[in-house]
Amino acid sequence: MKKSFRLKGLDCANCAAKIEERVRKVDGIEDASVSFMTQKMVIETNSDDENLLKNIKKAVKKEEPDVKVEEI
Amino acid sequence: MKKSLIQITISFILFLIAMIVPFENDLINKGLYIIAYLIVGLEIVWKAIKNIFRGKVFDEHFLMAVATIGAFAIGEFPEAVAVMLFYQVGELFQDYAVDKSRKSITNLMDIRPDIAFVKRNGNIEKVSPEDVKIGENIVVKPGEKIPLDGIVVDGNSMVDTSALTGESLPREVNVGDKVLSGCINKNGLLTIKVEKEFGESTVSKILDLVENASSKKTKSENFITKFAKYYTPIVVIIAVLLAVIPPFLLNMGEFRDWLYRALTFLVVSCPCALVISIPLGFFGGIGGASKIGVLVKGSNYLEALASTEIVVFDKTGTLTEGVFEVQKVEPVGISQEELLKYATYAESNSNHPISVSLRNAYGKEIEQSKILYAEELAGRGVSSNVEGRGILIGNDKLMKEKNISYTPCNEIGTILYVAIDNKYAGYILISDKIKPDSFKAIKTLKANNIKETVMLTGDKKEVGEKVAEDLGLDKVYTELLPDGKVEKVEELMKDKSERGKLVFVGDGINDAPVLAISDIGIAMGGLGSDAAIEAADIVIMTDEPSKIGTAIKISKKTMRIVKQNIIFAIAVKVLVLILTAFGVSTMWEAVFADVGVSVLAIINSLRALRVK
Repeated sequence: MKKSFRLKGLDCANCAAKIEERVRKVDGIEDASVSFMTQKMVIETNSDDENLLKNIKKAVKKEEPDVKVEEI
Repeated sequence: MKKSLIQITISFILFLIAMIVPFENDLINKGLYIIAYLIVGLEIVWKAIKNIFRGKVFDEHFLMAVATIGAFAIGEFPEAVAVMLFYQVGELFQDYAVDKSRKSITNLMDIRPDIAFVKRNGNIEKVSPEDVKIGENIVVKPGEKIPLDGIVVDGNSMVDTSALTGESLPREVNVGDKVLSGCINKNGLLTIKVEKEFGESTVSKILDLVENASSKKTKSENFITKFAKYYTPIVVIIAVLLAVIPPFLLNMGEFRDWLYRALTFLVVSCPCALVISIPLGFFGGIGGASKIGVLVKGSNYLEALASTEIVVFDKTGTLTEGVFEVQKVEPVGISQEELLKYATYAESNSNHPISVSLRNAYGKEIEQSKILYAEELAGRGVSSNVEGRGILIGNDKLMKEKNISYTPCNEIGTILYVAIDNKYAGYILISDKIKPDSFKAIKTLKANNIKETVMLTGDKKEVGEKVAEDLGLDKVYTELLPDGKVEKVEELMKDKSERGKLVFVGDGINDAPVLAISDIGIAMGGLGSDAAIEAADIVIMTDEPSKIGTAIKISKKTMRIVKQNIIFAIAVKVLVLILTAFGVSTMWEAVFADVGVSVLAIINSLRALRVK
């Protein structure tokens, strides 16, 4: 299952790479890809854990507290 | 953005005053430097402190903060301010460039329609396109965007498809024609019966595709991400060693000098220029390609396209029109008009494509009452009675079977022999036409050093070879079944060099397996065909195969820009590091080199967006 998120306030390319790496390590995430240019993150997951979104947000916040995650 | 520009300006003015005016009391100069520093740098120092508590040490804010505070500590006030000031200038410029590039893509996205006027209960209601259901009628006034895919049920007009295809010539549409969302209605009032929901419409699919294009990472991007991961820690470690080892362990000179060199290292320790300029370049390339109607599904495909060695084409619908047309009518003993008429009538009840071609060539209404009898003879043709005359129409087998003496014809294509009342009456030649653009397509590919151009077709040997010869293709394989095409492509894959890529170009409808096994699958005429958009890596919205050459050119240009940026940025950084280690270069040079490289790399990246 694929899910897309908008990363509001993502303004540095290096941070995009770091966020990508961190989100990949979240439980239940198969793959994650962050596009700095479009400020979007696409994740691939098989988990239906209701905490998934919370964990993703936590991971992003840990890397870049100013970036807001919105599901689209 | 405005705020930071004001901050930078004020800080810069204070910085200049402190530099130029020799105040009697030295403390005033120092105070001005500190104020100038705090205006641009406070935010960064604050972020750095916050980050330390979250365990992020090699963060760029932290490095900048350490370098500048360190400079203050050893009394290099102007350097400290300059580093922070120019770092911020670089950031500002970066934001501007990214913003500009994002905007140019969003302009492309401007094809997204906001409203639809739908006919409900005799009234016209203004609604959001998402709320229109299949089967409802919508009205599109001149100058408006067509919000949903559908069929024209009333009115005629010219529509501008340039947002989707890059084609500037408007197309005429009449009742019964299909229209696609995203096009602009130029002059007439159109009523359209909606065929697809908004989420499934052409415009949504294209927007989706372009928006997600950069989510697939290229090798260059992965390289830089990896490079950045090691580069920063290595530079920082060397900086620490530089500050400690020579003065204390080797007794080489003053600690203060070595600390200055170490701090200079930190100034160039951020890989920002590289990290930003690469996705920016690819983004520009994808944007530039979509301007001419070539949709690239991921930056990785744009990267791969530059190493294309073999281009394999499907024949029908890709290099040829895919429409069978009557090319020649050669009567014997009767008029051309009559021969065509009898042939068309005799074939009119058949559902074979030949029947359609004949009817198109004949162009007149068919009076069914005149057809007294018609029977299909499988694999041979049709036997019929039209206006009381016995018509036989079909291939040479039919003529031989009915013992009709005919003149065999050697032309390429489908030949229909016609006999009237058991007497040979001539033949009609039907064949597919090569697209005029195909000649240009092969020429552009050869000009771009493509090693091999190949055509695969399920069509007959003579037909396929003739087309290949006319176009000047290197290889042709004919009479292939769909799985035969897969086999041939697998064989051809072995012909290319290790890093070379094989591109397959098809119409995307029945080529899905071949598109999937090729390195890069390109679907042509993708406009309105969902299957093509799904299966291919690159979609050419128009029917022009020459766009493949253009896409390869764009890809090569993008790769050149990306490589220039990588080499240039790494070379300058390494040079500055070496010069600094030997005490030749100062913090001034380092900060100018760092910001300068960023700015130049970004400007270079923006070039990718421009397409001739």
